[in-house]
Amino acid sequence: MLDVVIIGGGVVGCMIARELSRYQLKAVLLEKEDDVASGTSKANSAIIHAGYDAKPGTLKAKLNVRGNPLFDIICGELDVPFKRIGSLVVALNEEEVRALEELLERGKSNGVPGLEIISRERLREMEPNVNREALAALYAPTAGIICPYELTIALAENACQNGVEIKLNSPVLGVRVENGGVLSVRTPGETLYTRYIINAAGLFADEISRLAGAEDYRITPRKGEYLIFDRRFGGIVSRVIFPTPTKISKGILVCPTVDGNFFIGPNSNDVGEKDDVAVTQQGIEEIIKGARKLVPDLPLKHVISSFAGLRAVSDTDDFVIRASKKVKGFINVGGIQSPGLSSAPAIAEMVLEILKEEGLELREKNNFNPKRPPIFKFRHLSNEEKRELIRKKPAYGRIICRCETVTEGEIIDAIRRPVGARSLDAVKRRTRAGMGRCQGGFCSPRIVEILARELGISPLEVTKCGSGSEILKGRTKEFIETGGVINAK
Amino acid sequence: MQNRELVIIGGGPAGLSAAVEARRLGIKDVLVIDRESEPGGILKQCIHPGFGLHIFKEELTGPEYAERFVREAKNLGVEIMLDTMAIELTADKRIIAVNSQEGLIEIQAKAVILAMGCRERTRGAINIPGFRPAGVFTAGTAQRFVNIEGYMPGREIVILGSGDIGLIMARRLTLEGAKVRCVVEIMPYSNGLTRNIVQCLEDYDIPLLLKHTVVNIHGRKRVEGVTIAEVDDNMKPIMETAKFIPCDTLLLSVGLIPENELSRMAEIQIDEVTGGPVVNQRMETSVPGIFACGNVLHVHDLVDFVTREAILAARGAASYLADSDKKYDYVPVVAGDGLRYVLPHRINIEAMPEKRQTFFMRSVKPMAKARLSIESEKGVIKSRVMRYVKPSEMLSIPIDRDEMKGIKILKFNLQEEGDSVERGE
Amino acid sequence: MSAVNEEKSVTCIVCPRGCRIKVSIKGGEIIRISGNLCKRGADYARSEVTQPMRVLTTTVRLEDGHLLPVKTARPIPKELLFEAVRELSGVRVKGPIEIGQVVYSNVAGTGVDVVATRSWN
Repeated sequence: MLDVVIIGGGVVGCMIARELSRYQLKAVLLEKEDDVASGTSKANSAIIHAGYDAKPGTLKAKLNVRGNPLFDIICGELDVPFKRIGSLVVALNEEEVRALEELLERGKSNGVPGLEIISRERLREMEPNVNREALAALYAPTAGIICPYELTIALAENACQNGVEIKLNSPVLGVRVENGGVLSVRTPGETLYTRYIINAAGLFADEISRLAGAEDYRITPRKGEYLIFDRRFGGIVSRVIFPTPTKISKGILVCPTVDGNFFIGPNSNDVGEKDDVAVTQQGIEEIIKGARKLVPDLPLKHVISSFAGLRAVSDTDDFVIRASKKVKGFINVGGIQSPGLSSAPAIAEMVLEILKEEGLELREKNNFNPKRPPIFKFRHLSNEEKRELIRKKPAYGRIICRCETVTEGEIIDAIRRPVGARSLDAVKRRTRAGMGRCQGGFCSPRIVEILARELGISPLEVTKCGSGSEILKGRTKEFIETGGVINAK
Repeated sequence: MQNRELVIIGGGPAGLSAAVEARRLGIKDVLVIDRESEPGGILKQCIHPGFGLHIFKEELTGPEYAERFVREAKNLGVEIMLDTMAIELTADKRIIAVNSQEGLIEIQAKAVILAMGCRERTRGAINIPGFRPAGVFTAGTAQRFVNIEGYMPGREIVILGSGDIGLIMARRLTLEGAKVRCVVEIMPYSNGLTRNIVQCLEDYDIPLLLKHTVVNIHGRKRVEGVTIAEVDDNMKPIMETAKFIPCDTLLLSVGLIPENELSRMAEIQIDEVTGGPVVNQRMETSVPGIFACGNVLHVHDLVDFVTREAILAARGAASYLADSDKKYDYVPVVAGDGLRYVLPHRINIEAMPEKRQTFFMRSVKPMAKARLSIESEKGVIKSRVMRYVKPSEMLSIPIDRDEMKGIKILKFNLQEEGDSVERGE
Repeated sequence: MSAVNEEKSVTCIVCPRGCRIKVSIKGGEIIRISGNLCKRGADYARSEVTQPMRVLTTTVRLEDGHLLPVKTARPIPKELLFEAVRELSGVRVKGPIEIGQVVYSNVAGTGVDVVATRSWN
């Protein structure tokens, strides 16, 4: 019998898993995809918001403001890049300047520290590439940027090290309830008996809740599209640049990434399907138009990739974080849209409080290790460190991804670490191999080879992102019998 | 820290040709750094014929062309450091390279030749909408899988872009049993050599759809098809013409970009049009003693010209090593009407390695008949009629030193002329 | 002029102009070649229509699993390209190999050898 089953390996599920791993209990995390951070957590704006945006009194406001300062500790412990670069909300006309005042007031009542409205002169000094027509800006020094999938992976690794079992490729097919309480969770491979279920299934949280017979709510996927630019132009802005927000969205922004690139986006469109992450032509045009209002001179020739993510929007207009009144032991953590990433540490705290209230005894382990084994990022090392590392492990001397300077050693590590990479995308998220300007053109054949070797499988079985996404279709000359008519003329 | 006379970064056709020439010119210490376990660069996977017609007067395949230079380099005592990646270059010609045997290697070179080649433009660079499934490859990556690794990237294939690699891959995949549904080209003309259109597409009845592009990629896990559409004169897709083509693979052959990360680290001036360094008559970049040749300088269509350019760079390096302090004044070379670029970007007539200088250029559009005229501040110094000019086929013209004496600027123009020649047999 | 049985179109590859050449055939005989700008074009079109020939380049497997690039030593008839590839698909070659070495003889009954286009140790 398990104590807790967490459904969903996004940032929220993994944050909860890591928090639970501090205590003496048996917990399992179930993820339907072949890697954690495969849904909303891999494709979002990657911002740790200051917290002025949400309506005072909402969970969003409370948990964002509480979550923001926790990132320094968490990212320090887990060796995850996090940069508190600050954000600017730019006002382009008088009406927007008035809106800034409102935001400032809201931020103050939410308890956001350090907010101030700055003049156009100061804005120009801070961000010379921002639209020269800007009149003023709201400066929030506590906003930061992070890599959301790196954070999620680190949380999963650390939870795993501390005893939480992470089961990938494990979609939940059924939840059994007996005597009004949680009994078990069924996946394709097994049935897990458990006292508590935490539903952190992101876009699918409503379906899981319904499957358990718990509270009914609806999650709507809302798409956001992004364009990411070559690192050479990373310095175009130094802070997160927002437009003045509208009622429905924080708007299309221009934002640096922790890896030194910058992106523009997202737009915001409700879509019908929970797997519709297709980028559209209209979407690309929309975000370019939007971003140009903030930074008129964008190096559009140097876009290296586009992507889309889906936000899990609940019909309750706020996060849904509470124990079910209908099914004892079932806890919903749904509707975690923006500022979900920023709130994640505080969400995990809150979930632990709820578990306690629901009768789970939390006794601390004495051997909890908050740090994960060191990660070597070759490109960040000094020459001395590089020399030393290659001497110890020659695989660090073989560079596989030239754009991002990723070595074979790092790729092998990514595969062998806890919750290790099983696919090309999983390697990419852990090492950045294939994320540079050549987008894997040079390194992907080599990574296919390394994955096959390390996992003891055929290159034909190597996938981009799990079963059904195999990279290669067969061996050469295998299809010849079926094909091949020469133009007879 | 190792001290070396000439270090060549990249062991493909440019690097090897330069190394061979450098040794022939008597440079004793020539080191080639290459990131792969065998020299030869991209030629190793270009198993098709079409190489060497200018240099060797016979038609070779890529591996054959490469092997000739590898052998010659070894015979002449060129040192080739394999499985080694140069990761840093400074303007004072210090190089940091890594490999698994020696670890981190620091080299102080007297002269450097950049020969890093180019990379392929990707889906991101051209912003194709749709999902991001497995099955989208650049043509060169697919070529490596097929010709080196022995794997098929797909069974039913659409190719976007009619550059030569895409055309070559259409034939290659067809001969390996795949079905190439079509080649889609956004321009009203192909970017490949006519010979490749005939022998790679027409031979196998593969349709070439000009003025078309891919407007959507379908499939969540693996490509299930693409939507293609005709484009208007501004290259905007006409959505009414959109149609779905089922396939499991999309190959991209949408252009090559010189690979100049190291050049940028060394603060070498880059030409935004070619994507490569600005060079003088001896292929020397804006940093004295650092030279460039091959696809790192500008993208070539024939390897033979890469070799010729590499020879110039090697001669340049040799003369620099003989006298590194000499300062030169330069005459600017300007690409005027009808031309995208002209190389070299500037010349010093006295310091030309030979008595004539060959200039390389690309036209902005196809022209049946065009007049190339070269003028100085005093007027036209040379002009020539060229036939069947295409942006995909590099133009060249040699100019004698005597013709350029005393000039202050050299401007190249390419003017389309009416073509009256249309006759049958 | 007598009626034409068949008209074939050939894109000339002799020079960059790429003439679309029309070849008219009657009773198996070429009776007219048009659309070419030069004599070389006519010659090319004639051979394309009567017996088009191509050099085949492909790979064969080495015993250690690696691929060896190969080519036909001379052009072979175009219509035999697939047959040649099919024949070569079963071939396993043992190293070491010298560039130019014959790895398969008389491919597809053409009398043409298949040779290695690189050395392999």
